Amino acid sequence: MKIVIMGCGKIGTTILSSLVAEGHDVTAIDENMEVVNELSNIYDVIGVCGNGNDCETLSEAGIEKTDLFVAITGSDEMNMLSCFLAKRMGAKHTIARIRNPEYNDQSLGFMKHELGLSMAINPDLLAAQELFNILRLPSAAKIETFSRRAFEMIELKLKNDSALDGISLSELRKKYDVKLLVCVVQRGDEVYIPDGNFVLKSGDKIGITATPSENMRFLKMVGTMQKHARDIMILGGSRTAFYLAKMLISSGNSVKIIEKDHEHCIELCEQLPGAIVINGDGAQQELLSEEGLASMDAFVSLTGMDEENILISFYAASQNVPKVISKVNRDEFAYIAEKIGLDTIVSPKKIISDILVRYARALQNSEGSNVETLYKLMDGTVEALEFNISNECPVINTPLKDMKLQPNTIIAGIIRGRKTIIPAGNDMILPEDKVIVISEGRRINNIADIIR
Amino acid sequence: MNRRMVFFLVGQILKAEAALLALPLIVSLLYKESGYLSFLITIGIALVLGFGLTLISRPKNKVIYAKEGFVVVALAWLVMSAIGALPFVISGSIPSYVDALFETVSGFTTTGSSLIPDVEGLEHGILFWRSFTHWIGGMGVLVFVLAVIPNFSDRSIHLIRAEMAGPIIGKLVPKAKQTARILYLIYIALTVIEMIMLLFGGMTPFESAVHAFGTAGTGGFGIKGDSISGYSPYCQWVITAFMLIFGINFNLFYFILLRKIQVVFKNGELWAYFGVVAVCTGIITFNIMPLFEGFSEAIRHAAFQVASMITTTGYATADFNQWPELSKGIMFILMFIGGCAGSTAGGLKLARVIILFKMIKKEFNRMLHPRSVNVVKLEGKQIDAPILETTGVYFALYMISIILIFFVLSFEPFGFTTNFSAAVSCFNNIGPGFDKIGPMSNFSCYNDFSTIVLTFAMLLGRLELFPVLICFSPSTWAKK
Repeated sequence: MKIVIMGCGKIGTTILSSLVAEGHDVTAIDENMEVVNELSNIYDVIGVCGNGNDCETLSEAGIEKTDLFVAITGSDEMNMLSCFLAKRMGAKHTIARIRNPEYNDQSLGFMKHELGLSMAINPDLLAAQELFNILRLPSAAKIETFSRRAFEMIELKLKNDSALDGISLSELRKKYDVKLLVCVVQRGDEVYIPDGNFVLKSGDKIGITATPSENMRFLKMVGTMQKHARDIMILGGSRTAFYLAKMLISSGNSVKIIEKDHEHCIELCEQLPGAIVINGDGAQQELLSEEGLASMDAFVSLTGMDEENILISFYAASQNVPKVISKVNRDEFAYIAEKIGLDTIVSPKKIISDILVRYARALQNSEGSNVETLYKLMDGTVEALEFNISNECPVINTPLKDMKLQPNTIIAGIIRGRKTIIPAGNDMILPEDKVIVISEGRRINNIADIIR
Repeated sequence: MNRRMVFFLVGQILKAEAALLALPLIVSLLYKESGYLSFLITIGIALVLGFGLTLISRPKNKVIYAKEGFVVVALAWLVMSAIGALPFVISGSIPSYVDALFETVSGFTTTGSSLIPDVEGLEHGILFWRSFTHWIGGMGVLVFVLAVIPNFSDRSIHLIRAEMAGPIIGKLVPKAKQTARILYLIYIALTVIEMIMLLFGGMTPFESAVHAFGTAGTGGFGIKGDSISGYSPYCQWVITAFMLIFGINFNLFYFILLRKIQVVFKNGELWAYFGVVAVCTGIITFNIMPLFEGFSEAIRHAAFQVASMITTTGYATADFNQWPELSKGIMFILMFIGGCAGSTAGGLKLARVIILFKMIKKEFNRMLHPRSVNVVKLEGKQIDAPILETTGVYFALYMISIILIFFVLSFEPFGFTTNFSAAVSCFNNIGPGFDKIGPMSNFSCYNDFSTIVLTFAMLLGRLELFPVLICFSPSTWAKK
């Protein structure tokens, strides 16, 4: 597919690299010549230097034959205008990053329609949603939801004294009577799609798929259930913090936001009447203690600096805050931070690149099935996908045990109407099901790709 | 330095060469010649080495940087030439390996200088291989390999950049593999069209293929002692036209295919190219009028020789050694200029010449108005300072190399004209020179040492200096 990406900052580059890895023909537009040169040296893309609101630049990038145009510069207005132009000049689908809260209200639908946008993405809002999900179930390192929360996948890090240490998966199923599937295990740098004989060890990061209630029950049984976070401290008054606070307050939590800038504090105070806004430097431990860090249920570090987020998070963890989440944008830092012990790290650009990869894959295959949801897990080596099954699918009406699946691929769940099934050998995929597939080291575009 | 990846790629290239050697093998079998054995043996050696290398050095890490790109290209060309010389030696066509290597490098680098005294006595298979090396070397072997093997690295642009000639090399489409394919498709299509047109001119299929290969790669190996002189005026005009076509930047053909004609018309390099050709042809035509019967003959010979020199092909329809000094002087200058960037032609490349002139103008401006701000533009776009710098350094290195080669050749007992034109001709990948190595004679007069120097000169010129010279820098081969 031909994709044009305008704006190659942090998020733009992440999107670009994952779309190139998907095998698309990508053209990058940026106003900075050096950025364009550097990108075309590192990735297999063509670079165009220029302003994306200039028709000439767009046509140089071959906009007439473009399937997907993504505008991801720092300016919402520029993104909107260039998407509008791109659409008028022949791009089939357009996606704009629109992050200003003023645009992200009721008027967004109208604007999307009038500008012909296929999708408007708001990284801050998406990051806030992810954070909100995590805070809902603090025992898990991460939660990904499928099919409007009918099904979810939680990532769990096994602590040293974990009850699951040393038991195999078939024993686990016997011991705890829950309907779930351990579908992926990360041990060190290796990632496994485990079978029944796989023995869990402490230190593993495991991915479990089940319905939310089953997951909850399981966590209670193994004794890692933490109570729902009630008192939450947010460091940094960014847009993500604003969206997150809004969501948390409306679901009845108490939120404390610490922000350096006084003007900004006043603004936040105005917009978030339910929150306590503190003006001060979060890097000061004195201030954090004074505001009762130790008695918090959760601490979320959302400043603009990765380093600050990581270090303050470590401090919070040392103060025995049960749940510490840090926003880390740079992949290298996220990797290191996870290595040295921070368990929950959120990267907004990763969330967006997952969404775009999914969107591009869904565009690519219109026949048979389409990708409803896509998550990249365990440093991007594993994919969890949700497919809508149609009548013409080649995999329907065959018992799973007769299906020859690709290696390192499993069917983790089937959602049929309101019923969710953890599939066993005799289960079948029927038309109009939703199927969740987990796959390692393989790109799955279509549900038909899972069979050999 | 990712050595595994470098050797892996060299192995891939050997495999590709083995595949390409199948063509002359088929020709040899069709003509029922004894030379087919030499091709079979060579294919065997290339396959064993190729598979050996790729198996031993299966790379864990497939990342290549600019440095690896340069080294791969230089090594690949050396190894390819070393293997490509084998059929000549095994079949006995050229008994000495050094001479065979010269002939092969001359082929791959699209020079077209020959050491063989009696070309007409060679077997068809050997002649075919000799000309086919032009065709392979014209667009580049790595570009070919990139077009064929599955995507292996995001950074494969470094390979194209190291192998294609010109100051600025960009991609046509986002994917390097796709770009390589488009370039080769255009190349193949143009070659086939020329072959068909030559067939209409009364050439045999074999002759038309050989000459189309020689023109496409802007090489210049003929199969007759007197080059193209013996063919009909129609054939000569066809070859003239195609030599000029293959001297044009291939990106422009892609734009024509996309129907973006206005881009082609706005291309300054193209206009300069045709301008130089027209002016030089005009002057030479009037200069050589007395030598020929009538205007049409004079202009035909003038145009042919001008096209042959500026595109660095090296075919000849007349012995320009006998022409007046003015004409010879113009031809000599054309040898330096070369064709457009991104074509199969050698030489300095017109784009570089244009940049150099603009740099001179800028420097003058700065002398006159020390505070003035000047920007060098090419095709309406500003050229970055690093590219300007590289162009300047390239020109300096280019001149130094020619002078050094000339100096080494001076040990031979030939005149200044012969030696200097030999250095210029080999370095710019043209083929014939003046005096003793004129279009109707060959390079067999040089001894082994000079032959090796000239072989090296051809490689330096084709790969545009840097890839070869970088291999001599110790830090290139350092572990880190």
